[in-house]
Amino acid sequence: MIDVIDLKKSFGDVEVLKGINVTIHKGDIVVVIGPSGSGKSTFLRCLNCMEDPTSGSVIFNGVDIADMSVDINIHRRHMGMVFQHFNLFNNKTVIENIMLAPVYTRCQELSKARRKNAWLGVKNRFASADKKEEPVPITTTKAKIKEEAREDALRLLKRIGLEDKADAYPSTLSGGQKQRVAIVRSLAMNPDVILFDEPTSALDPEMVGEVLDLMKALADDGMTMVIVTHEMGFAREVATRVLFMDEGVIKESAPPEEFFAHPKNPRLQEFLSKVL
Amino acid sequence: MGDFGRKIERFLEVFIEKNGYVRVLNGLQNTLLIAVTGLLIGIVIGTLIATVRVVPKYKRLPRVLNGFCSFYVGLFRGTPMVVQLLVFYYVMLPILDINMTGVQVSMMVFGLNSGAYISEIMRSGIQSVDPGQLEAGRAVGLSFHTSMMKIVIPQAVKNILPTLGNEFISLIKETSVVSFVGAADLYVAFSYIGSNSYEFMVPYLVMALIYIVLVMLISLMIRLMERSLKKSDRRN
Ligand SMILES: Nc1ncnc2c1ncn2[C@@H]1O[C@H](COP(=O)(O)OP(=O)(O)OP(=O)(O)O)[C@@H](O)[C@H]1O
Ligand SMILES: [Mg+2]
Repeated sequence: MIDVIDLKKSFGDVEVLKGINVTIHKGDIVVVIGPSGSGKSTFLRCLNCMEDPTSGSVIFNGVDIADMSVDINIHRRHMGMVFQHFNLFNNKTVIENIMLAPVYTRCQELSKARRKNAWLGVKNRFASADKKEEPVPITTTKAKIKEEAREDALRLLKRIGLEDKADAYPSTLSGGQKQRVAIVRSLAMNPDVILFDEPTSALDPEMVGEVLDLMKALADDGMTMVIVTHEMGFAREVATRVLFMDEGVIKESAPPEEFFAHPKNPRLQEFLSKVL
Repeated sequence: MGDFGRKIERFLEVFIEKNGYVRVLNGLQNTLLIAVTGLLIGIVIGTLIATVRVVPKYKRLPRVLNGFCSFYVGLFRGTPMVVQLLVFYYVMLPILDINMTGVQVSMMVFGLNSGAYISEIMRSGIQSVDPGQLEAGRAVGLSFHTSMMKIVIPQAVKNILPTLGNEFISLIKETSVVSFVGAADLYVAFSYIGSNSYEFMVPYLVMALIYIVLVMLISLMIRLMERSLKKSDRRN
Protein backbone atom coordinates (compact mmCIF):
# COMPACT_ATOMS: atom_id res chain seq x y z
CA MET A 1 0.00 0.00 0.00
CA ILE A 2 2.85 2.37 0.85
CA ASP A 3 6.23 1.89 -0.73
CA VAL A 4 8.95 4.15 0.59
CA ILE A 5 11.95 4.15 -1.72
CA ASP A 6 15.27 5.72 -0.76
CA LEU A 7 13.56 8.54 1.12
CA LYS A 8 15.86 11.38 2.14
CA LYS A 9 15.04 14.57 3.98
CA SER A 10 17.30 17.46 4.92
CA PHE A 11 16.53 20.58 6.90
CA GLY A 12 19.01 23.09 5.53
CA ASP A 13 22.38 21.37 5.74
CA VAL A 14 21.28 18.76 8.23
CA GLU A 15 20.32 15.43 6.69
CA VAL A 16 17.71 13.95 9.02
CA LEU A 17 16.60 10.98 6.91
CA LYS A 18 19.42 9.27 5.04
CA GLY A 19 17.69 6.84 2.73
CA ILE A 20 14.73 4.93 4.08
CA ASN A 21 13.23 1.89 2.36
CA VAL A 22 10.06 0.42 3.79
CA THR A 23 7.02 -1.33 2.40
CA ILE A 24 3.79 -1.15 4.33
CA HIS A 25 1.11 -3.64 3.34
CA LYS A 26 -2.60 -3.44 3.91
CA GLY A 27 -3.40 -4.50 7.47
CA ASP A 28 0.16 -3.96 8.71
CA ILE A 29 0.67 -2.38 12.10
CA VAL A 30 4.13 -0.92 11.94
CA VAL A 31 5.56 0.50 15.15
CA VAL A 32 8.57 2.80 14.87
CA ILE A 33 10.84 3.23 17.87
CA GLY A 34 14.17 4.93 18.31
CA PRO A 35 16.05 7.53 20.32
CA SER A 36 14.97 11.16 20.39
CA GLY A 37 16.02 13.15 17.34
CA SER A 38 16.56 10.06 15.22
CA GLY A 39 14.02 11.25 12.67
CA LYS A 40 10.91 9.23 13.59
CA SER A 41 8.52 12.17 13.36
CA THR A 42 10.16 13.41 10.21
CA PHE A 43 9.75 9.96 8.62
CA LEU A 44 6.08 9.82 9.57
CA ARG A 45 5.47 13.35 8.29
CA CYS A 46 7.12 12.48 4.99
CA LEU A 47 4.66 9.62 4.53
CA ASN A 48 1.80 12.07 3.96
CA CYS A 49 4.12 14.81 2.72
CA MET A 50 3.51 17.17 5.64
CA GLU A 51 7.25 17.51 5.08
CA ASP A 52 8.22 17.32 1.44
CA PRO A 53 10.93 14.69 1.00
CA THR A 54 14.21 16.06 -0.35
CA SER A 55 14.56 13.01 -2.58
CA GLY A 56 13.15 9.52 -2.99
CA SER A 57 9.60 8.34 -3.51
CA VAL A 58 6.57 7.58 -1.42
CA ILE A 59 4.32 5.37 -3.54
CA PHE A 60 0.83 5.37 -2.05
CA ASN A 61 -1.79 3.27 -3.84
CA GLY A 62 0.35 3.35 -6.94
CA VAL A 63 0.99 7.10 -7.03
CA ASP A 64 4.27 8.77 -6.08
CA ILE A 65 2.94 11.41 -3.72
CA ALA A 66 6.42 12.82 -3.12
CA ASP A 67 6.17 14.18 -6.64
CA MET A 68 5.34 17.86 -6.17
CA SER A 69 2.99 17.88 -9.16
CA VAL A 70 0.37 15.54 -7.63
CA ASP A 71 -2.55 17.08 -5.75
CA ILE A 72 -1.47 16.01 -2.28
CA ASN A 73 -4.79 17.00 -0.68
CA ILE A 74 -6.64 14.23 -2.51
CA HIS A 75 -4.20 11.58 -1.28
CA ARG A 76 -4.09 12.90 2.27
CA ARG A 77 -7.82 12.22 2.52
CA HIS A 78 -6.93 8.54 2.44
CA MET A 79 -4.27 8.87 5.16
CA GLY A 80 -5.32 9.83 8.65
CA MET A 81 -2.86 11.46 11.01
CA VAL A 82 -2.97 11.63 14.78
CA PHE A 83 -0.69 14.07 16.58
CA GLN A 84 1.04 14.09 19.92
CA HIS A 85 -0.82 17.25 20.92
CA PHE A 86 -4.19 16.17 19.47
CA ASN A 87 -4.62 19.33 17.37
CA LEU A 88 -8.39 19.33 17.52
CA PHE A 89 -9.83 22.42 15.83
CA ASN A 90 -10.34 24.75 18.79
CA ASN A 91 -12.99 26.86 17.08
CA LYS A 92 -15.19 23.86 16.32
CA THR A 93 -17.26 21.61 18.54
CA VAL A 94 -16.39 17.94 18.85
CA ILE A 95 -18.88 16.86 16.22
CA GLU A 96 -17.88 19.69 13.88
CA ASN A 97 -14.28 18.55 14.23
CA ILE A 98 -15.28 15.13 12.96
CA MET A 99 -17.64 16.36 10.23
CA LEU A 100 -15.59 19.21 8.81
CA ALA A 101 -13.37 17.39 6.34
CA PRO A 102 -15.90 14.80 5.11
CA VAL A 103 -18.59 17.43 4.58
CA TYR A 104 -16.23 19.89 2.96
CA THR A 105 -14.64 17.45 0.56
CA ARG A 106 -17.94 15.81 -0.44
CA CYS A 107 -19.61 19.18 -1.01
CA GLN A 108 -16.62 20.18 -3.09
CA GLU A 109 -16.96 17.05 -5.22
CA LEU A 110 -20.68 17.71 -5.58
CA SER A 111 -20.11 21.27 -6.80
CA LYS A 112 -17.51 19.98 -9.22
CA ALA A 113 -19.92 17.40 -10.63
CA ARG A 114 -22.62 20.07 -10.96
CA ARG A 115 -20.25 22.41 -12.80
CA LYS A 116 -19.20 19.59 -15.08
CA ASN A 117 -22.82 18.75 -15.92
CA ALA A 118 -23.69 22.36 -16.61
CA TRP A 119 -20.77 22.55 -19.00
CA LEU A 120 -21.76 19.27 -20.64
CA GLY A 121 -25.25 20.66 -21.17
CA VAL A 122 -23.77 23.50 -23.19
CA LYS A 123 -21.36 21.24 -25.03
CA ASN A 124 -24.02 18.64 -25.94
CA ARG A 125 -26.18 21.30 -27.53
CA PHE A 126 -23.49 21.83 -30.14
CA ALA A 127 -22.32 18.22 -30.48
CA SER A 128 -23.69 15.86 -33.09
CA ALA A 129 -26.07 13.22 -31.75
CA ASP A 130 -23.50 10.42 -31.62
CA LYS A 131 -21.00 12.55 -29.68
CA LYS A 132 -23.24 13.65 -26.85
CA GLU A 133 -21.78 12.83 -23.43
CA GLU A 134 -23.71 11.50 -20.50
CA PRO A 135 -23.83 13.81 -17.46
CA VAL A 136 -22.35 12.56 -14.17
CA PRO A 137 -25.17 11.11 -12.11
CA ILE A 138 -25.84 13.29 -9.05
CA THR A 139 -27.58 11.41 -6.30
CA THR A 140 -27.03 13.67 -3.31
CA THR A 141 -27.49 17.19 -2.00
CA LYS A 142 -25.56 19.32 0.46
CA ALA A 143 -28.17 18.75 3.13
CA LYS A 144 -27.96 15.00 2.61
CA ILE A 145 -24.16 15.06 2.79
CA LYS A 146 -24.33 16.91 6.10
CA GLU A 147 -26.95 14.59 7.50
CA GLU A 148 -24.95 11.51 6.57
CA ALA A 149 -21.76 12.99 8.00
CA ARG A 150 -23.57 13.81 11.23
CA GLU A 151 -24.91 10.27 11.56
CA ASP A 152 -21.46 8.94 10.84
CA ALA A 153 -19.88 11.27 13.40
CA LEU A 154 -22.43 10.30 16.06
CA ARG A 155 -21.79 6.63 15.38
CA LEU A 156 -18.04 7.24 15.82
CA LEU A 157 -18.63 9.22 19.01
CA LYS A 158 -20.82 6.47 20.37
CA ARG A 159 -18.04 4.02 19.69
CA ILE A 160 -15.74 5.98 22.01
CA GLY A 161 -18.53 6.68 24.48
CA LEU A 162 -18.47 10.45 23.97
CA GLU A 163 -21.78 11.07 22.21
CA ASP A 164 -22.82 13.38 25.05
CA LYS A 165 -19.81 15.59 24.23
CA ALA A 166 -20.86 16.10 20.61
CA ASP A 167 -21.59 19.80 21.08
CA ALA A 168 -18.82 20.55 23.57
CA TYR A 169 -15.70 22.46 22.58
CA PRO A 170 -12.33 20.66 22.68
CA SER A 171 -11.09 22.88 25.53
CA THR A 172 -13.63 21.18 27.80
CA LEU A 173 -12.30 17.66 27.21
CA SER A 174 -9.60 15.74 29.05
CA GLY A 175 -6.43 14.80 27.18
CA GLY A 176 -7.53 11.22 26.70
CA GLN A 177 -10.91 12.30 25.39
CA LYS A 178 -9.26 14.78 23.00
CA GLN A 179 -6.98 12.13 21.58
CA ARG A 180 -9.84 9.67 21.11
CA VAL A 181 -11.83 12.34 19.29
CA ALA A 182 -8.76 13.09 17.16
CA ILE A 183 -8.54 9.40 16.25
CA VAL A 184 -12.18 9.16 15.20
CA ARG A 185 -11.82 12.46 13.33
CA SER A 186 -9.25 10.76 11.14
CA LEU A 187 -11.49 7.68 10.88
CA ALA A 188 -14.35 9.78 9.54
CA MET A 189 -12.57 10.07 6.21
CA ASN A 190 -12.42 6.26 5.90
CA PRO A 191 -8.66 6.34 5.46
CA ASP A 192 -6.61 3.44 4.10
CA VAL A 193 -3.96 4.04 6.72
CA ILE A 194 -3.57 6.10 9.90
CA LEU A 195 -0.26 7.62 11.00
CA PHE A 196 0.26 8.15 14.74
CA ASP A 197 3.05 10.35 16.10
CA GLU A 198 3.50 9.59 19.79
CA PRO A 199 -0.26 9.59 20.42
CA THR A 200 0.09 8.98 24.17
CA SER A 201 3.19 11.02 25.04
CA ALA A 202 1.29 14.14 26.04
CA LEU A 203 -1.22 12.30 28.19
CA ASP A 204 -1.44 11.86 31.93
CA PRO A 205 -0.57 8.24 32.75
CA GLU A 206 -4.12 7.31 33.72
CA MET A 207 -5.38 8.29 30.26
CA VAL A 208 -2.85 6.35 28.21
CA GLY A 209 -4.84 3.15 28.53
CA GLU A 210 -8.06 4.43 26.99
CA VAL A 211 -6.21 5.70 23.91
CA LEU A 212 -4.18 2.51 23.48
CA ASP A 213 -7.37 0.45 23.84
CA LEU A 214 -8.99 2.39 21.01
CA MET A 215 -5.91 1.85 18.86
CA LYS A 216 -6.00 -1.86 19.62
CA ALA A 217 -9.65 -1.96 18.60
CA LEU A 218 -8.73 -0.34 15.28
CA ALA A 219 -5.97 -2.89 14.84
CA ASP A 220 -8.49 -5.68 15.40
CA ASP A 221 -10.71 -4.14 12.72
CA GLY A 222 -7.81 -4.56 10.31
CA MET A 223 -6.85 -0.88 10.01
CA THR A 224 -3.40 -0.27 8.59
CA MET A 225 -1.38 1.82 11.02
CA VAL A 226 2.07 3.34 11.34
CA ILE A 227 2.78 4.27 14.94
CA VAL A 228 5.68 6.15 16.47
CA THR A 229 5.60 5.41 20.17
CA HIS A 230 7.59 4.73 23.32
CA GLU A 231 5.00 2.23 24.55
CA MET A 232 7.03 -0.98 24.25
CA GLY A 233 4.27 -3.12 25.73
CA PHE A 234 1.88 -1.92 23.06
CA ALA A 235 4.45 -2.56 20.34
CA ARG A 236 5.02 -6.10 21.55
CA GLU A 237 1.33 -6.86 21.77
CA VAL A 238 -0.15 -5.18 18.71
CA ALA A 239 2.57 -4.60 16.11
CA THR A 240 2.99 -6.85 13.11
CA ARG A 241 6.43 -5.33 12.59
CA VAL A 242 8.70 -3.07 14.63
CA LEU A 243 11.23 -0.71 13.07
CA PHE A 244 14.22 0.69 14.92
CA MET A 245 15.18 4.07 13.60
CA ASP A 246 18.51 5.60 14.47
CA GLU A 247 20.62 8.34 12.89
CA GLY A 248 18.19 8.74 10.03
CA VAL A 249 18.13 5.13 8.88
CA ILE A 250 16.18 2.03 9.80
CA LYS A 251 18.65 -0.19 11.58
CA GLU A 252 16.36 -3.09 12.31
CA SER A 253 13.00 -4.31 11.11
CA ALA A 254 11.44 -7.45 12.51
CA PRO A 255 8.25 -8.95 13.94
CA PRO A 256 7.93 -7.98 17.62
CA GLU A 257 8.81 -11.39 19.10
CA GLU A 258 12.13 -11.47 17.30
CA PHE A 259 12.70 -7.72 17.58
CA PHE A 260 12.55 -7.70 21.38
CA ALA A 261 13.92 -11.18 22.10
CA HIS A 262 16.82 -11.27 19.66
CA PRO A 263 17.81 -7.76 18.62
CA LYS A 264 20.76 -7.94 16.20
CA ASN A 265 21.86 -4.34 15.87
CA PRO A 266 24.17 -3.27 18.73
CA ARG A 267 22.56 0.19 18.92
CA LEU A 268 19.16 -1.45 19.28
CA GLN A 269 20.48 -3.77 22.00
CA GLU A 270 21.79 -0.74 23.86
CA PHE A 271 18.52 1.18 23.32
CA LEU A 272 16.37 -1.71 24.52
CA SER A 273 18.53 -2.22 27.60
CA LYS A 274 17.80 1.40 28.51
CA VAL A 275 14.06 1.47 27.92
CA LEU A 276 12.97 -2.00 29.01
CA MET B 1 -18.03 82.00 32.90
CA GLY B 2 -21.00 84.26 33.45
CA ASP B 3 -21.95 84.23 29.84
CA PHE B 4 -21.82 80.43 29.51
CA GLY B 5 -25.61 80.29 29.56
CA ARG B 6 -25.67 82.80 26.75
CA LYS B 7 -23.24 80.70 24.77
CA ILE B 8 -25.43 77.65 25.13
CA GLU B 9 -28.41 79.66 23.99
CA ARG B 10 -26.58 80.80 20.86
CA PHE B 11 -25.47 77.22 20.17
CA LEU B 12 -28.99 75.85 20.57
CA GLU B 13 -30.36 78.56 18.35
CA VAL B 14 -28.17 77.52 15.43
CA PHE B 15 -28.33 73.85 16.34
CA ILE B 16 -32.13 73.67 16.33
CA GLU B 17 -33.59 76.67 14.55
CA LYS B 18 -31.06 76.96 11.76
CA ASN B 19 -31.07 73.18 11.25
CA GLY B 20 -27.55 72.71 12.65
CA TYR B 21 -28.62 69.30 13.94
CA VAL B 22 -29.23 68.10 10.40
CA ARG B 23 -25.62 68.86 9.60
CA VAL B 24 -24.49 67.19 12.79
CA LEU B 25 -26.46 64.05 12.00
CA ASN B 26 -25.15 64.10 8.48
CA GLY B 27 -21.62 64.58 9.80
CA LEU B 28 -22.07 61.73 12.25
CA GLN B 29 -23.32 59.53 9.44
CA ASN B 30 -20.31 60.34 7.27
CA THR B 31 -17.91 59.81 10.16
CA LEU B 32 -19.38 56.39 10.89
CA LEU B 33 -19.69 55.48 7.23
CA ILE B 34 -16.03 56.27 6.59
CA ALA B 35 -14.81 54.47 9.69
CA VAL B 36 -16.98 51.36 9.22
CA THR B 37 -16.37 51.02 5.49
CA GLY B 38 -12.69 51.70 6.09
CA LEU B 39 -12.58 48.97 8.72
CA LEU B 40 -14.37 46.44 6.50
CA ILE B 41 -12.17 47.12 3.48
CA GLY B 42 -9.21 47.09 5.85
CA ILE B 43 -10.12 43.67 7.24
CA VAL B 44 -10.38 42.19 3.75
CA ILE B 45 -7.11 43.73 2.56
CA GLY B 46 -5.39 43.05 5.87
CA THR B 47 -6.41 39.38 5.89
CA LEU B 48 -5.22 38.93 2.31
CA ILE B 49 -1.87 40.55 3.01
CA ALA B 50 -1.41 38.67 6.27
CA THR B 51 -2.16 35.38 4.51
CA VAL B 52 0.33 36.17 1.76
CA ARG B 53 2.92 36.92 4.41
CA VAL B 54 2.53 33.61 6.24
CA VAL B 55 2.40 31.40 3.11
CA PRO B 56 5.53 29.25 2.76
CA LYS B 57 7.81 30.96 0.25
CA TYR B 58 9.40 28.19 -1.78
CA LYS B 59 7.77 29.27 -5.00
CA ARG B 60 8.16 32.40 -6.96
CA LEU B 61 4.62 33.76 -6.91
CA PRO B 62 4.37 33.96 -3.10
CA ARG B 63 7.74 35.71 -3.01
CA VAL B 64 6.68 38.33 -5.55
CA LEU B 65 3.34 38.87 -3.79
CA ASN B 66 5.13 39.11 -0.48
CA GLY B 67 7.44 41.79 -1.83
CA PHE B 68 4.50 43.78 -3.11
CA CYS B 69 2.72 43.46 0.23
CA SER B 70 5.72 44.70 2.21
CA PHE B 71 5.94 47.66 -0.11
CA TYR B 72 2.24 48.39 0.33
CA VAL B 73 2.37 48.15 4.12
CA GLY B 74 5.50 50.30 4.27
CA LEU B 75 3.92 52.94 2.06
CA PHE B 76 0.69 53.27 4.03
CA ARG B 77 2.25 53.03 7.45
CA GLY B 78 5.03 55.42 6.54
CA THR B 79 2.89 58.41 5.53
CA PRO B 80 0.26 60.36 7.48
CA MET B 81 -3.39 59.74 6.68
CA VAL B 82 -3.90 63.40 5.70
CA VAL B 83 -1.16 63.13 3.11
CA GLN B 84 -2.71 59.96 1.70
CA LEU B 85 -6.10 61.66 1.47
CA LEU B 86 -4.64 64.71 -0.25
CA VAL B 87 -2.61 62.64 -2.71
CA PHE B 88 -5.58 60.51 -3.68
CA TYR B 89 -7.97 63.40 -3.99
CA TYR B 90 -5.77 65.99 -5.64
CA VAL B 91 -3.22 63.82 -7.48
CA MET B 92 -4.62 60.38 -8.29
CA LEU B 93 -8.17 61.35 -9.19
CA PRO B 94 -7.25 64.04 -11.73
CA ILE B 95 -4.54 61.83 -13.25
CA LEU B 96 -6.87 58.85 -13.57
CA ASP B 97 -9.71 61.19 -14.53
CA ILE B 98 -12.14 59.70 -12.02
CA ASN B 99 -14.95 61.51 -10.25
CA MET B 100 -15.36 60.68 -6.61
CA THR B 101 -16.82 62.59 -3.70
CA GLY B 102 -14.73 63.43 -0.66
CA VAL B 103 -16.61 60.82 1.35
CA GLN B 104 -15.94 58.11 -1.24
CA VAL B 105 -12.26 58.98 -1.39
CA SER B 106 -12.10 58.95 2.39
CA MET B 107 -13.73 55.52 2.61
CA MET B 108 -11.25 54.16 0.10
CA VAL B 109 -8.17 55.74 1.65
CA PHE B 110 -9.26 54.69 5.15
CA GLY B 111 -9.73 51.15 3.85
CA LEU B 112 -6.32 51.07 2.16
CA ASN B 113 -4.65 52.62 5.17
CA SER B 114 -6.26 50.40 7.79
CA GLY B 115 -5.57 47.41 5.53
CA ALA B 116 -1.87 48.04 6.10
CA TYR B 117 -2.26 48.24 9.87
CA ILE B 118 -4.73 45.36 10.10
CA SER B 119 -2.41 43.14 8.06
CA GLU B 120 0.17 43.44 10.82
CA ILE B 121 -2.44 42.84 13.52
CA MET B 122 -3.80 39.87 11.59
CA ARG B 123 -0.34 38.47 11.01
CA SER B 124 0.41 38.44 14.70
CA GLY B 125 -3.03 36.92 15.24
CA ILE B 126 -2.33 34.15 12.75
CA GLN B 127 1.07 33.53 14.30
CA SER B 128 -0.54 33.28 17.73
CA VAL B 129 -2.58 30.29 16.54
CA ASP B 130 -0.86 26.97 17.27
CA PRO B 131 0.73 25.72 14.00
CA GLY B 132 -0.75 22.32 14.86
CA GLN B 133 -4.16 23.70 13.87
CA LEU B 134 -3.06 24.32 10.29
CA GLU B 135 -1.27 20.98 10.24
CA ALA B 136 -4.35 19.13 11.38
CA GLY B 137 -6.35 20.84 8.63
CA ARG B 138 -3.80 19.90 6.01
CA ALA B 139 -3.58 16.36 7.38
CA VAL B 140 -7.28 15.71 6.77
CA GLY B 141 -6.80 16.83 3.17
CA LEU B 142 -7.99 20.43 3.29
CA SER B 143 -6.03 22.86 1.12
CA PHE B 144 -3.89 25.59 2.67
CA HIS B 145 -6.53 28.13 1.69
CA THR B 146 -9.43 26.17 3.19
CA SER B 147 -7.54 25.39 6.39
CA MET B 148 -6.75 29.08 6.80
CA MET B 149 -10.31 30.22 6.14
CA LYS B 150 -12.09 27.61 8.25
CA ILE B 151 -9.68 26.99 11.09
CA VAL B 152 -6.81 29.42 11.51
CA ILE B 153 -8.34 32.80 10.66
CA PRO B 154 -11.44 32.41 12.87
CA GLN B 155 -9.14 31.69 15.81
CA ALA B 156 -6.79 34.52 14.84
CA VAL B 157 -9.70 36.96 14.66
CA LYS B 158 -10.82 35.94 18.11
CA ASN B 159 -7.33 36.54 19.47
CA ILE B 160 -7.00 39.97 17.91
CA LEU B 161 -10.51 41.24 18.48
CA PRO B 162 -9.48 43.76 21.15
CA THR B 163 -6.70 45.09 18.94
CA LEU B 164 -9.07 45.24 15.98
CA GLY B 165 -11.47 47.21 18.16
CA ASN B 166 -8.70 49.68 18.96
CA GLU B 167 -8.02 50.03 15.25
CA PHE B 168 -11.70 50.86 14.71
CA ILE B 169 -11.56 53.44 17.49
CA SER B 170 -8.52 55.10 15.99
CA LEU B 171 -10.24 55.10 12.59
CA ILE B 172 -13.19 56.91 14.14
CA LYS B 173 -10.86 59.47 15.62
CA GLU B 174 -8.87 59.89 12.43
CA THR B 175 -12.01 60.72 10.45
CA SER B 176 -11.64 64.21 11.89
CA VAL B 177 -9.23 65.02 9.04
CA VAL B 178 -11.49 64.12 6.12
CA SER B 179 -12.61 67.74 5.74
CA PHE B 180 -9.25 68.20 3.98
CA VAL B 181 -10.83 66.55 0.95
CA GLY B 182 -14.22 68.17 1.40
CA ALA B 183 -16.03 65.40 3.22
CA ALA B 184 -18.59 66.78 5.67
CA ASP B 185 -17.88 65.03 8.94
CA LEU B 186 -18.61 66.00 12.54
CA TYR B 187 -15.86 68.62 12.53
CA VAL B 188 -17.37 70.35 9.50
CA ALA B 189 -20.83 70.33 11.07
CA PHE B 190 -19.72 71.85 14.34
CA SER B 191 -17.48 74.40 12.65
CA TYR B 192 -20.53 75.49 10.70
CA ILE B 193 -22.47 75.95 13.91
CA GLY B 194 -19.51 77.79 15.43
CA SER B 195 -19.13 80.25 12.64
CA ASN B 196 -22.85 80.90 12.42
CA SER B 197 -23.22 81.56 16.13
CA TYR B 198 -19.85 83.40 16.41
CA GLU B 199 -19.14 81.08 19.28
CA PHE B 200 -16.91 77.96 19.20
CA MET B 201 -16.67 76.84 22.81
CA VAL B 202 -19.94 74.93 23.10
CA PRO B 203 -19.94 73.37 19.59
CA TYR B 204 -16.47 71.89 20.02
CA LEU B 205 -17.31 70.76 23.54
CA VAL B 206 -20.36 68.92 22.21
CA MET B 207 -18.25 67.49 19.38
CA ALA B 208 -15.74 66.14 21.90
CA LEU B 209 -18.59 64.60 23.89
CA ILE B 210 -19.96 62.87 20.79
CA TYR B 211 -16.54 61.36 20.04
CA ILE B 212 -16.20 60.16 23.62
CA VAL B 213 -19.64 58.56 23.63
CA LEU B 214 -18.95 56.91 20.25
CA VAL B 215 -15.71 55.43 21.49
CA MET B 216 -17.30 54.23 24.71
CA LEU B 217 -20.13 52.55 22.81
CA ILE B 218 -17.68 50.79 20.53
CA SER B 219 -15.59 49.59 23.47
CA LEU B 220 -18.73 48.17 25.01
CA MET B 221 -19.66 46.40 21.79
CA ILE B 222 -16.21 44.85 21.53
CA ARG B 223 -16.44 43.56 25.08
CA LEU B 224 -19.81 41.97 24.38
CA MET B 225 -18.52 40.39 21.20
CA GLU B 226 -15.45 39.04 22.97
CA ARG B 227 -17.62 37.46 25.59
CA SER B 228 -19.79 35.69 23.05
CA LEU B 229 -16.70 34.44 21.19
CA LYS B 230 -15.21 33.14 24.41
CA LYS B 231 -17.66 30.29 24.53
CA SER B 232 -15.20 27.90 22.91
CA ASP B 233 -12.82 28.56 25.81
CA ARG B 234 -15.23 27.88 28.59
CA ARG B 235 -15.49 24.57 30.38
CA ASN B 236 -19.02 23.29 30.61
N1 LIG C 1 11.16 21.76 10.75
C1 LIG C 1 12.43 21.46 11.10
N2 LIG C 1 13.44 22.30 10.82
C2 LIG C 1 14.71 22.01 11.16
N3 LIG C 1 15.07 20.91 11.80
C3 LIG C 1 14.14 20.01 12.12
C4 LIG C 1 12.76 20.24 11.78
N4 LIG C 1 12.04 19.19 12.22
C5 LIG C 1 12.92 18.34 12.79
N5 LIG C 1 14.18 18.82 12.74
C6 LIG C 1 15.39 18.15 13.24
O1 LIG C 1 15.41 16.85 12.72
C7 LIG C 1 15.90 15.91 13.67
C8 LIG C 1 14.92 14.77 13.78
O2 LIG C 1 13.71 15.26 14.30
P1 LIG C 1 12.45 14.34 14.57
O3 LIG C 1 11.42 15.21 15.16
O4 LIG C 1 12.11 13.62 13.32
O5 LIG C 1 12.99 13.32 15.64
P2 LIG C 1 12.19 12.27 16.50
O6 LIG C 1 12.86 10.97 16.27
O7 LIG C 1 10.74 12.36 16.20
O8 LIG C 1 12.48 12.71 17.96
P3 LIG C 1 11.51 12.74 19.24
O9 LIG C 1 11.52 11.36 19.82
O10 LIG C 1 12.17 13.73 20.14
O11 LIG C 1 10.17 13.19 18.78
C9 LIG C 1 16.08 16.68 14.95
O12 LIG C 1 17.46 16.93 15.12
C10 LIG C 1 15.34 17.96 14.74
O13 LIG C 1 15.99 19.02 15.39
MG1 LIG D 1 8.98 13.10 17.28
